Amino acid sequence: MPGPDKETDLTERIEAFLFDLNRGGSGAGPLRGSAETARETTALLRRITAQARWSSAGDLMEIIRNEGRRMTAAQPSETTVGNMIRRVLKIIREEYARSRGSSEEADQQESLHKLLTSGGVSDENFRQPFAALKPNVIEAINELLTELEGTTDNIAMQALEHIHSNEVIMTIGRSRTVEAFLKDAARKRKFHVIVAECAPFCQGHEMATSLSKAGIETTVITDAAIFAVMSRVNKVIIGTQTVLANGGLRAVNGTHTLALAAKHHSTPLIVCAPMFKLSPQFPNEEDTFHKFVSPHEVLPFTEGEILSKVNVHCPVFDYVPPELITLFISNIGGHAPSYIYRLMSELYHPEDHEL
Amino acid sequence: TDVIIESSVGYFTEGPERKDDIVKAKQEGKELTKEEKQRLRKEKKQQKKSKEKKDDKPSRDSEKEKKPASAASPAPQTPTQPPAQKAPSAAPAPVPVPASETPSAADKPAKSKAELKAERRARQEAERASKGKKGDVGPQAAPGKPKAPPSELQPVVKRLPEHVQVDNPEVLKKLAKKLERQQIPLRSDYGYKVSLFSHLHQYSRKAPLTQQLGIPSTVIHPAIVRLGLQYSQGIVAGSNARSVALLHAFKQVIRDYTTPPNEELSRDLVNRLKPYISFLNQCRPLSASMGNAIKYIKKEISNIPSQCKEEEAKRKLLNCIDCYINEKIVLAAKAIAKYSIEKISDGDVILVYGCSSLVNHILCEAFEKNRKFRVIVVDSRPRLEGREALRRLVQKGINCTYVLISAVSYILPEVSKVFLGAHALLANGYVMSRVGTSQIALVAKAFNVPVLVCCETYKFCERVQTDSFVSNELDDPDDLIVTRTGTTQLEHWQEVPSLGLLNLVYDVTPPDFVDLVITDLGMIPCTSVPVVLRVKNVDQ
Repeated sequence: MPGPDKETDLTERIEAFLFDLNRGGSGAGPLRGSAETARETTALLRRITAQARWSSAGDLMEIIRNEGRRMTAAQPSETTVGNMIRRVLKIIREEYARSRGSSEEADQQESLHKLLTSGGVSDENFRQPFAALKPNVIEAINELLTELEGTTDNIAMQALEHIHSNEVIMTIGRSRTVEAFLKDAARKRKFHVIVAECAPFCQGHEMATSLSKAGIETTVITDAAIFAVMSRVNKVIIGTQTVLANGGLRAVNGTHTLALAAKHHSTPLIVCAPMFKLSPQFPNEEDTFHKFVSPHEVLPFTEGEILSKVNVHCPVFDYVPPELITLFISNIGGHAPSYIYRLMSELYHPEDHEL
Repeated sequence: TDVIIESSVGYFTEGPERKDDIVKAKQEGKELTKEEKQRLRKEKKQQKKSKEKKDDKPSRDSEKEKKPASAASPAPQTPTQPPAQKAPSAAPAPVPVPASETPSAADKPAKSKAELKAERRARQEAERASKGKKGDVGPQAAPGKPKAPPSELQPVVKRLPEHVQVDNPEVLKKLAKKLERQQIPLRSDYGYKVSLFSHLHQYSRKAPLTQQLGIPSTVIHPAIVRLGLQYSQGIVAGSNARSVALLHAFKQVIRDYTTPPNEELSRDLVNRLKPYISFLNQCRPLSASMGNAIKYIKKEISNIPSQCKEEEAKRKLLNCIDCYINEKIVLAAKAIAKYSIEKISDGDVILVYGCSSLVNHILCEAFEKNRKFRVIVVDSRPRLEGREALRRLVQKGINCTYVLISAVSYILPEVSKVFLGAHALLANGYVMSRVGTSQIALVAKAFNVPVLVCCETYKFCERVQTDSFVSNELDDPDDLIVTRTGTTQLEHWQEVPSLGLLNLVYDVTPPDFVDLVITDLGMIPCTSVPVVLRVKNVDQ
């Protein structure tokens, strides 16, 4: 029968996705970029919308929330999953409101006036079934998918506005967004790139080979030389794993040092981050901010005797406070860190911040 | 003078007609001798005279013409050459001069106005340089020992060391000639150099200098050859270790030394040491501490009275070296440990970077005095020296944590103090140390954690430097290559034309990041370094 088959198929896909997430985060499986994760999450959510059994918007939101909780629990550091879920929830709310006919924009802001006059909790319980809801939601999710596919190109298109010729640009680790950004600028301008290798994973090496193959003058430096070399750098352009709600970053380890060195030399720090990386989390809110991987990357097992007597840490992420950041470049343009909270309110509904 | 020529066959291959130059060259090896100063004075007078009369070339006699000619012959080629290079003391200067002497004398009236201008400019600069050198010894040249009177003016123009002028072909030629004369092979640079550092050498560890030496080498003492190899392969690393190894090798050289007949030990031994120092410099550029040690030894040797018997002189020298090591390194370490232990309190979490013998000593002493603290060792690629420090501390029983330098902003909120070692302390208060030290100081400052630098006074240096580019050391770029998960990304970096690897060895930390410097003279702020240097100079 088509019904149960579709359901089992759906659950299988969800399980497979969770498994991938679990593996990918521990470094054992293939490392996937955030864009890929975002796309897969959205595709999976579209499938859930299409195939799961639900009658009203509230049901759908419940289902998505449940699945979403499981997904974020599988890999807490992969925040794009949670972001996409919140986006889809927001889409559902919007579509529901549109179907109901009320103008959703007015309900967005929780202005003081609204709080006083609304008289208690909003009576939206999303229980009213609408026939056109399903195709509308699926269409909206498709739009979201096309937006996701174009993010890297949108960011790369802005490259020429920010890079002039004969510049020295520093970056750290490997970011596909920054790679595309720099390669796009290199088509028209000549500049020099310094890549900090970002031990212990040394992803900077890959970045450097890729950039140098595109004809960009690249130099690889060790993490220890970041401050030494910074005085000759004109701009620092980095990618990030997550943009936090206060405008800060959760980026690869070593980025905080890079940001401090840039601040000391008054070098602008530009973060290339697509919108799907924006997350409503605040730093130090959860104890899942830091992620650690096996310390054998830092002190290998060949060191033998001293291993048992020493504590070794290998954190993966760094927190960069917003006052060290000059500019965010995203697929919808450039923003200052102080504007991030506003963008967030457009992307996510406040009630969805806690899944 | 005849005897001098006989014994100098190993150094010079020119015929006896150059004996005048040879004598001067040999004596030039010492720090400003009587003749040298006389010549400088003559030259200065000459330049003053010739400035008034532009075409007064042929009237000068050959001796005086030597200096201006040597100034003039490179001048038309590169008028912007640093003046101090032409200043006497480098033996190569007289060697090309006699060749160019006669033609330049004939050409002089026929030179164009531009060349005359360049010559005049070069002469002015040489005059300024000689003025600077003379200011060093005082207007009335004291014979023999160049003991600087406590003059207020320190020499302004110093000779720029060769190892930061790699992009100047003139300097490279001079160096090649000098090494050829001393029979030391020249080490060639390796790999693509990042353009910002084209003025520095970059050698490969896989091509040590000893491969180009014949066996057995008669010019260089075997202890020195071994030492040079240990330096270039990184077996002996760390500024204290290198200085001590150098002094021990020199002790061996002195033990094996015999004065040739009709030679004075005080002069000949210093000249014997020169090619050794060039060789060691080729293996790995000398550190500031090694430079100071060598200065001390040379001074001690030249202070040996001529009537002293050889055995006694050698004994005296060996004793001096032992005293130096004991005083400046061992006892200094004890004194610094004593001061530092006052700064370590129970419950401290101390962060150290890399492997500094002094800092390790301090921590071990503090642990023995039953202070309760734990240590965080920060390490960085590619040298990974922190592991050595980790082993030593763990062996003592100290509770240690180990991270890489990229995790330092994660671990710093736990830290209460940062102890750093130094390679040299510069006269403007900057701390020259292993690359990464300035970064740690920066992040510590951002988290408001006090930074203490421990440094013996023999590492204090009169140089000034504000960034890590002008004077640094480039290590083998192949060290950055690493194999992870089966793939080596940078394996073929040489084949990609636009890819460069940079492996810096040192960096400078600005004094505002450093809260305290602990030396054997006490605990001083970073800005008091020139005061200490001045006091030291007066003492000597």
